[in-house]
Amino acid sequence: MGFPDRIERTVEIGHPPARVWAALTTAEGLGTWFGHAATIDLRPGGAASMTWTSGDKASMRIERVEEPTVFGFTWGIYGLPDDDPRRTYVEFTLEPTDTGTRLTVVESGFAQLPEDGFRKAFDGNTEGWASELGELVEYLDANAA
Amino acid sequence: MPTPPDIEAVAEAVFTALADPSRRGILAALAAGGPATATDLATRLPITRQGIAKHLALLADAGLVAPEAGAGRRVHYRLQSAPMHVAQQFLAALARDWDRQFDALQTHLDAAPVDQPARRNDGTSES
Repeated sequence: MGFPDRIERTVEIGHPPARVWAALTTAEGLGTWFGHAATIDLRPGGAASMTWTSGDKASMRIERVEEPTVFGFTWGIYGLPDDDPRRTYVEFTLEPTDTGTRLTVVESGFAQLPEDGFRKAFDGNTEGWASELGELVEYLDANAA
Repeated sequence: MPTPPDIEAVAEAVFTALADPSRRGILAALAAGGPATATDLATRLPITRQGIAKHLALLADAGLVAPEAGAGRRVHYRLQSAPMHVAQQFLAALARDWDRQFDALQTHLDAAPVDQPARRNDGTSES
């Protein structure tokens, strides 16, 4: 099936790295092209958030701030509960070019394993007794008829 | 990062189960109404009790539902959220649309005024 762990895209932008950096790392920028509103505490360990008029919200934790070349953060995986420990890491890399900026984004961690607590939920389900209980319920239901 | 084989198997089990209308109906009923016995499900779904029992055994083997003892020795089946979260991880990767996001970034940068005085001084040829 092929579970993608990592997504990568590169785009050429006709604007200098300083402007792209501002769009990526300021509340004004993020709240315009990405979310509908944003907050950001731009330092490693700082918090950032984006909200959408749909009611969706993304909470990020800033990991790397190396102006104006590397900006990285982690955020939750869309669709998982807010308290789920699984998060993906998003890293933007900016390279100056003759015409502007080469911007690369790498998002990784989609295929990460569940935490130990979640793994127990899988491992605890031994096929043998699950199958036998299925047969038991079939037997009981048949006799109850 | 190497992809462990078991996460693939878990996601595949979820999608395989969802591809079957009867098993999809059983999972939907458990999601909507909580833990239920095979008899409960047979009254709510257009599936025979034998069919329900067969599908529940398959779903339990795949780890998508868990049998648990209920009142009066009746076995209740409970939907397991952990495999669904793994499937959700897979869907999240497919749904992440950085292409569209980058289009929005380009549009934003093209539209936003250049309000830095230093750049204005440099860009004398720009109208």
